[in-house]
Amino acid sequence: MLLRVTDLKTHFFTTRGVVRGVDGVSFTLEKGEVLGLAGESGCGKSTLGYSLIRLVPPPGRIVGGEIELDGLNLTSMNENTFRREVRWKRISMIFQGAMNALNPVYSIGYQMMEPFKYHTDASEDEAKERIARHLELVGLDPEIVSRYPHELSGGMKQRVMIAMALLLEPDLVIADEPTTALDVIVQAQIINLLKKLKKELGLSLIFITHDLSILAEISDKIAVMYAGKIVELGDSEIIYENPKHPYTQKLLAAIPRVHERVDKLEFIPGAPPNLANPPPGCRFHPRCPYAIKICMEKEPGKEVLDDGRVIYCHNIPR
Amino acid sequence: MVQDVELKVEGLKKYFPIKRGIKSVMKRESPRFVRAVDGISFEIRKQQIFALVGESGCGKTTTGKLIMKLIEPTEGRIFLRGQDVSHLKSKEENLRYRKMVQMIYQDPFSSINPRFRVYDVLEEPLIIHGIGNSRSEREEMIHHALELVRLTPPEEFVSRFPHMLSGGQRQRVAIARTMILNPEFVVADEPVSMLDVSIRAEILELLRRLRDELGLTYLYITHDLSTARYFSDWIGVMYLGRIVEMGEVDMVIDNPLHPYTRALLEAVPEPEPERKEIIKSLPIKGEVPSAVNIPDGCRFHPRCVYAKMGLCDTKHPEMIEFERNHYVECHLVGKI
Repeated sequence: MLLRVTDLKTHFFTTRGVVRGVDGVSFTLEKGEVLGLAGESGCGKSTLGYSLIRLVPPPGRIVGGEIELDGLNLTSMNENTFRREVRWKRISMIFQGAMNALNPVYSIGYQMMEPFKYHTDASEDEAKERIARHLELVGLDPEIVSRYPHELSGGMKQRVMIAMALLLEPDLVIADEPTTALDVIVQAQIINLLKKLKKELGLSLIFITHDLSILAEISDKIAVMYAGKIVELGDSEIIYENPKHPYTQKLLAAIPRVHERVDKLEFIPGAPPNLANPPPGCRFHPRCPYAIKICMEKEPGKEVLDDGRVIYCHNIPR
Repeated sequence: MVQDVELKVEGLKKYFPIKRGIKSVMKRESPRFVRAVDGISFEIRKQQIFALVGESGCGKTTTGKLIMKLIEPTEGRIFLRGQDVSHLKSKEENLRYRKMVQMIYQDPFSSINPRFRVYDVLEEPLIIHGIGNSRSEREEMIHHALELVRLTPPEEFVSRFPHMLSGGQRQRVAIARTMILNPEFVVADEPVSMLDVSIRAEILELLRRLRDELGLTYLYITHDLSTARYFSDWIGVMYLGRIVEMGEVDMVIDNPLHPYTRALLEAVPEPEPERKEIIKSLPIKGEVPSAVNIPDGCRFHPRCVYAKMGLCDTKHPEMIEFERNHYVECHLVGKI
């Protein structure tokens, strides 16, 4: 097992109260596996990603739970050690809106050199050689090291970001909405690239997106988040073919398909709750058509079904 | 059938000049243009939803703005109900047109003034167009518009500020603002792309219902082929300022003729986990060229995997009706 997250809690201490961005999330990830993290905006999926690499912006803080990478406890590690030994070297991230994640005044080569400076004692030639190799790996001409971000297209910048995330050959890569701002053809090319890297390098990836269609194209396992919690988690075939949690069911029924005619799409009335003051009981109950009395009173516990999926629901629709 | 056409666009072009430096002017270099929309023609029949689909920079939003008369066309004509509205001169004509043609914007977080209460947001168009004689008359219209978009009871919403509403509710307010003037024609520019998947269908459903109840006609501008298929009757696929394929939505998507449409459709992700092992074959090369240097001949030929040199790179293909209600602009149609 590569990663084990146990009851992780990341809260934001704002002037208006404590916002429970991530509120008790547990999951595991095997080596070479792709976990898709899905959910609506504000459900805490990005916060979860940032928590894993310990970059939660203040006033947010990890307040509870454990993150374990290959037996190494990351939550109790001090920041200096984490920065030197873990961040980017063992866990790296492809950021949301990668177009803007590159510094416009430095060349691509300069920016790619930085991780080597801070994390390794590789010589400059060695580093250059590895940069060239990684650029080729993501389908770019190594010549672009001398270019600046504005000279590259959106798809090329995203490839640079992916190459940067892979530079130090980390154990785990977190991709936060890596294709959201891209056009559909470029998006498909980037997904193709990630699939290829997964096959060739045995990449372990946590892929965060609100788009369940993209997630289906790449994930081995799916975790669906709602209001700071995972509500359903399992093999992606199982979740897509036979979703059990009412939220997952509704979410999947809301996706339009291009290759078949759908006459009526479902939608979920209402909006996700304010996480400073989440509803008691199951957080989905105000929007859930199957809610019964207990849903309003008691938080649903973890239940493991026969097919191996984990679900948090009092009244699983039959 | 002629009277059935609500909106007709003929050879519409919009070129934006590129700012030149003094050097370039002194050297008498000819001015250069971004050919954002480069000669498009289509018709939208009454109560139809016409989707204009394409990647960013293909000219779909510029087309919407041209129809809204927010910018003047360089060439070509626009007809609304048979009347030429390409160049509106007087202020009265403009005002009348603006009342008939309304727009829904992409981002409900920035299209509504954050300091306006919902009431003020909806009253402003009424005041501008001089509708409603008294405050109470206008209030009634505002309540009616809110009921139309299912923000009920309206009393509860009129005094709210935008930050007190969810994204979906804001977009409903934006739609109510569009509908309060009783328009004939609505340009909806990516009305759901900023919203969460779980409420997109709700907004599209609402727009469709309003079409049926109020007899509206829509131009639906989007980059998302899946919602285009779900929501619209006709579809036009744009590439670099031209419509390369157009027709009834099922025909175009089930039987795409243009190589660009095929590549687009191949690229759309579908929620089917069986596809996760497959590396997609994307039958397209390179990247979109700039609208300043549009390739000669068929503008898609440098990216086309079927392009025939000597034909596609020299001669511009004409739009043909390949089958009934299915048009395409490609030399090789039927041969690939």
